[in-house]
Amino acid sequence: MTSPLLVTKRMSEHPSDSHTMERYEDTGGYAQAKRALGLTRDELVEEVKASGLLGRGGAAFSAGLKWSFLAPSRPAYLVINADESEPGTFKDRQLLERDPHQMLEGVIITAIANEVHHAFIYIRGEYPKPARRVQRAVDEAYEKGYLGSGILGSGFDLEVTVHLGAGAYICGEETALINSLEGLRGEPRLKPPYFPAAKGLYMMPTIVNNVETVSNLAHILSMGAEDYAGLVDSADTGTFMMSLSGHVKRPGNYELPHGITWRDLIYDVGGGIRDGKQLKAWIPGGASAPWFIPDKHLELEITKDAAAGAGSMLGSGAVIVMDEDTCMVRAAERIVRFFSHESCGQCTPCREGTTWMEMILRRIEEGQGRAVDLDLLVDVSDGISIDLAWPPKMTTICPLGPSAVSPIIALRDFFRDEVQEHVTRGGCWLPGARVKPREKTEDDRPQPVEIGASSERGSGGRPPAEVSEE
Amino acid sequence: MSRWSEATRERARQIISKYPEKRSAVMPLLYLAAAEEGHVTDEGMEEVAEWCGITPAQVLAVASFYTMYKRERTGKYLVSCCTSISCMLLGGDDILHAVEDESGVPHGETDDEGLISVEHVECIGACGGAPAVQVNYELVEGISAEKGRELVRWLKKARPDVVNSDEMQKLFGDKRSFDWAIADEDGAVGPFPAFPLLGTVGSETE
Repeated sequence: MTSPLLVTKRMSEHPSDSHTMERYEDTGGYAQAKRALGLTRDELVEEVKASGLLGRGGAAFSAGLKWSFLAPSRPAYLVINADESEPGTFKDRQLLERDPHQMLEGVIITAIANEVHHAFIYIRGEYPKPARRVQRAVDEAYEKGYLGSGILGSGFDLEVTVHLGAGAYICGEETALINSLEGLRGEPRLKPPYFPAAKGLYMMPTIVNNVETVSNLAHILSMGAEDYAGLVDSADTGTFMMSLSGHVKRPGNYELPHGITWRDLIYDVGGGIRDGKQLKAWIPGGASAPWFIPDKHLELEITKDAAAGAGSMLGSGAVIVMDEDTCMVRAAERIVRFFSHESCGQCTPCREGTTWMEMILRRIEEGQGRAVDLDLLVDVSDGISIDLAWPPKMTTICPLGPSAVSPIIALRDFFRDEVQEHVTRGGCWLPGARVKPREKTEDDRPQPVEIGASSERGSGGRPPAEVSEE
Repeated sequence: MSRWSEATRERARQIISKYPEKRSAVMPLLYLAAAEEGHVTDEGMEEVAEWCGITPAQVLAVASFYTMYKRERTGKYLVSCCTSISCMLLGGDDILHAVEDESGVPHGETDDEGLISVEHVECIGACGGAPAVQVNYELVEGISAEKGRELVRWLKKARPDVVNSDEMQKLFGDKRSFDWAIADEDGAVGPFPAFPLLGTVGSETE
């Protein structure tokens, strides 16, 4: 299928030097930043609103609307969220490494639109290479007068600071990111009152935008909001970076139009399932998203509303594909383990709930599960995310806890039999299983299992290391 | 009085000048402290506290929140094996076990010589090239268990001063998340991200 390329166009056409200032300037670079200097805040906000651009960090909120909420007091700040850590997601890494100036031009446009004079680019610590590229691009932009005082010969000042994270997923949550930037622990803040648009960085109005979101801005200004909105025949406008991983033949990042179906994505773009196997399930929007299965969701369009209608989301655009041999209990355990590890520990339901869920899943996987365990998992999940509703009814400050519940929704709705079979057979029969099904013996009671061997980094009051029999 | 060299102190000043409030420099200064002493020490945190105008306890609160501030002796090479979902699906656990077995270093520990530390980590954003590992946060994608063993043997034998992703990728990797097409001369000189602003300059070519 043909797709208009926007944010990956330059790197596709000029693979050897798309990251350089020379190439960027040769391909129209910074012309839109220059143009933006002649436009008013209202004009820019309206243009981006009209384009229909949705935030690409995961929440898919209208970027123009987000800008319009910025409180009037100054100084205001801009923070680019490049703390890409959602399992399955690696699109921003490509945009940072291969086209850092495209993002920087978006930074300049955003700063002009929102009267911001200091922007921060918060890059995750595990991305030193992208950080080097971005720092170099920033240095070049300063040299060329695109950044600094009086940019592009105007009276507009803009400082950019590149900041490196240090390995905390939660800092991708915008208020946690702001705390982290202030030199505090990266714990999310309560909203209200700490909406970044009103009380953000240093308690001043702050815009937090994702890398891909701002990378689209120069294209929107260049083609005009109307053309951008009419680019693809779909409810959601523009293109969407998708990170495809797991058991597909052709994993990778793809810039695609909204509105193709999941079948198109997995079978045409991704080349189908490896080794002639069958598709069992996929995660449509990063580890936080409830899973999809072929029987129900393959023909769905890839749009925000279609995903929401099916009880999930497009999230960060990460699609993780699992074949027929994948143990759903193990996959769920791995995802819950992630959230357990990354829980900041502020909220009891998340801190305690994710830890218990991880242990229960591990005992099921290792053949020590009990018949009630799936219901127990659902019960613990309900304590984090009431009724396991989608979108979640929050019991926690931020969405991390409710995200950990997503795999449990899948186990409950689609894979109940597989979970129960792990319990009754006392292990996993699929390839790669850590514990094979037990032979029947005289004494068939579950044995206590050593739990927590690899969950040494629980963040709070730690449950006992062993689960005793009831 | 500062224990840091004048060059390091100059970097600290530069870093602080990039932020509206000096407390915001605590994260980059912690990397600087770690690079200076090989890991984040109590003394290093006291130094950072002084620079940022906060207490050592407040610095510890930050240092202990993040996984990349190693507060124990860390090897010259930190081998991080991803076992998150996408890597797990394609054998990430086997890579971890191979690396642990070949190096004799279990998760979270360092060998006696101080050469190699091993850890399993959550998603490192290399899912399209899974399974992946990082050495000092420089990526090797599309690795196998056997190549993981070779990587450990190579680190022990070649002991490169600068760990370069392209070089490791050629020796031990296969498919990447996306093509590079651009040779990268830069690399890491220690188990902390090499980054000019942070003081661990490494082999920066510019």
